[in-house]
Amino acid sequence: MASPDAEQAAPTEPARWRDLDMLLSRPGNLVAASFDPSPTLRDLLGSLVEVLVVGAGGLGCELLKDLALSGFKKLHVIDMDTIDVSNLNRQFLFRVQDVGKSKAEVAANRVMERVSGVNIVPHFCRIEDKEIEFYSQFHIIVLGLDSIEARSYINSVACGFLEYDSNDNPLEETVKPMVDGGTEGFKGHARVIIPGTTPCFECNIWLFPPQVKFPLCTLAETPRTAAHCIEYAHLIKWDEVHPGKPFDADDAEHMQWIYSEALKRAELFGISGVTYSLTQGVVKNIIPAIASTNAIISAACALEAFKLISGCSKNVSNYLTYNGLEGTHIKVTEFVRDKDCLVCGPGTLIELDTSSTLAEFIKMLEEHPKLRISKASVTHEGNNLYMQSPEVLEQMTRPNLSLPMFELLKEVPYATVHATGMAENNGKKVSSLRKLRVAFKGVGASKMDTAESS
Amino acid sequence: MINLFKIKGQKKDDAATANGKPAAKKQSPGELRLHKDIAELNLPKTTKISFPNGKDDLMNFETTIKPDEGYYVGGKFVFTFQVPPVYPHEPPKVKCKTKVYHPNIDLEGNVCLNILREDWKPVLNINTIVYGLNLLFSQPNDEDPLNHEAAAVLRDDPKKFEKNVQRAMAGGYVGETHFPRCV
Ligand SMILES: [Zn+2]
Repeated sequence: MASPDAEQAAPTEPARWRDLDMLLSRPGNLVAASFDPSPTLRDLLGSLVEVLVVGAGGLGCELLKDLALSGFKKLHVIDMDTIDVSNLNRQFLFRVQDVGKSKAEVAANRVMERVSGVNIVPHFCRIEDKEIEFYSQFHIIVLGLDSIEARSYINSVACGFLEYDSNDNPLEETVKPMVDGGTEGFKGHARVIIPGTTPCFECNIWLFPPQVKFPLCTLAETPRTAAHCIEYAHLIKWDEVHPGKPFDADDAEHMQWIYSEALKRAELFGISGVTYSLTQGVVKNIIPAIASTNAIISAACALEAFKLISGCSKNVSNYLTYNGLEGTHIKVTEFVRDKDCLVCGPGTLIELDTSSTLAEFIKMLEEHPKLRISKASVTHEGNNLYMQSPEVLEQMTRPNLSLPMFELLKEVPYATVHATGMAENNGKKVSSLRKLRVAFKGVGASKMDTAESS
Repeated sequence: MINLFKIKGQKKDDAATANGKPAAKKQSPGELRLHKDIAELNLPKTTKISFPNGKDDLMNFETTIKPDEGYYVGGKFVFTFQVPPVYPHEPPKVKCKTKVYHPNIDLEGNVCLNILREDWKPVLNINTIVYGLNLLFSQPNDEDPLNHEAAAVLRDDPKKFEKNVQRAMAGGYVGETHFPRCV
C-alpha cells in the first residue's frame, strides 16, 4: 500500500495507529543509533518488512494476531498440522467447523478478516519441504514451535545465510534475525537471535535438557504409573504385535490401539489414570499448554520483533524467561556465543589453488597456525570426502585423496567444509570438529574475501 | 542492527546478493557431530561396523559384536543404529537384529541399556554405546530384565542359563521360542 516514497507522504490512518506512531515518532536514549523518529516509519514497516511466522499452534495464533496489530502487514505462516478438536481451548483463531483443516490456512484467513490491510500467506507444509531460498525473502523469522528439532532446523537455515568478511565480522546484509518463543505449562521463554552477534540456538542447545525417558525394563517389568503403561504399549507391545509396521502418532487408529493396550496393562497392574488424551500426551510428548502463558510469551516476541525492525528501543539481551508457577518471575539472561559454533561461527578461512588435492588440503590443516588439526576427516554438505577411520570408510574414501578439492567441491568459488581431528587446545591435543571456509584463488574473485559461510 | 532504512536500501541489491551459488542443503549439527564420532571410533576387537547405505549415510549403520568372553562367546550379534537429526541431544535408536536369548534384550530386539534411554547425555557418544553393548554380553544382568524368563533362569540357575544360551545360539528352542543359529 505505501509507496517507496512513503516517508514524504503523511502517514495513513493516524487515528487507528496512534499508539504505534508515538513509539516511532519520538527520540530517546535507548533507540538504535540509526533510528530516525518519524510516524512514517509505520507505513514503511508495513510495506517493506516481510515476516515469517513458523508454527500456527498455540503460540503461532497469538503471534499472528500480535504482529498484525503491531503494524506488520506482510506476513507468511508455515505449519504442517491440521486443526484438532483439542486445540480449540487456546488456539483462538480456530472454530469447531475448522477441525481437520490446515492451521496455517485458517489462521491466516481469520487474522486477515479481523485486521484490515494485513496480508498473510499460509504455507500448509513441513518446514523441510520448502527450498532454502524460500526463507531468504524474509527480514525476520518468528518462531512459535514446540520441538527442538524444528528450531534447530530453522536456526541452521537462517544462520546458513550469514556471511563473514575477511576479518570474521558478520556482513550485515546477510544477517537473518530470529525471535524464538516457547512455552511449557506455566513457563516460557522469548529470545532474540541475531546470527553472528548473539548466540544462535545451537550455541546454547544445552539449555534444552534431553527429554525424560523411562527405562525399558521398568516399562516391561515394574510399571508404576499410567505413563509407564502407555509407553509399554507404544515402545514394546506395538512392535511385538505389528512387526515391521512403523507406528504413526498422527494415525488415530494407531493411537486408539495404544490406548486400549495401555488400558489392559493398567488393569493388570492395578494402575489407574490411563485416558485417551493422556495417551496422546505421553506418546507425542505434549506438555499441557496454558493460553495465558502463550499470550505473554507471544506479546514479548512481537515486541522484540517490532523493536528489532524499527530500532525504536533496545532489544532484550538476549534470553527472557517467564515463570508463572510460583508467583510471577521474569528474568533476562545474557548468554554468550560459542565462538567455535559450527552453525553460526565464522569458521576458518582457507585459500586453495584450484589444483590443490584433498591430501594437500589435509596437510594444510595440520600446518595451519590457527587449526593444527592432525589426522583430519573431511565432510562437505553430507558428502564424506575423507574418513580416517573406521577402516571400511577409509577404504571407500581413499580414492578422493588424490583428487583436486576444486573438483570434489563441484567447482564452486567457495564452500564450507567441516573437519574432524585431533587439535591443540590449551597445550592439550583434544578431538575437535571445525568449520572451514574454503575459497579458491582466482575463482569468483569479487567475493574472494567474503567467502560464504556454512 | 536491522532497521527500516537499511531494509529499504537492501531491496535494490537483492539481485546482487543472489549471484552466488544456489543455497545448498545444510548438514545438520547432528550429522556433523556424528561424523566426528564415527571418524574417532575406537572399536573393541569384538566389534565391526558397516554402512549399508554407503559412505555418505552415517545416520544408519550396523555393528556386529562377536563376544570374546562370557556366556555368548562364539555368537555373532548385529545391532542397527538409527541416529536422529538432533543427535546428540537425543540418543540413537539401537535394536538387536539377531534374535537372542538374553535377559536385557527382548525377542523384538529392544535393548535395555541405561545410556540408550534414561541415562543418555549429549557428552556420550557412539563409542560409549558400543562399549555398553559389549558389556551386555560379558555381564548380562538379571536386575533389568526385558526377557523375564531368561532373567529368572540366570538368577536361579546360571548353569541352566549357560545351556540355554548355547542351545539358542546353535539354532534351537528354549521353551517355546525358536532362535535362529548365530554362531
Ligand atoms: Zn551458534
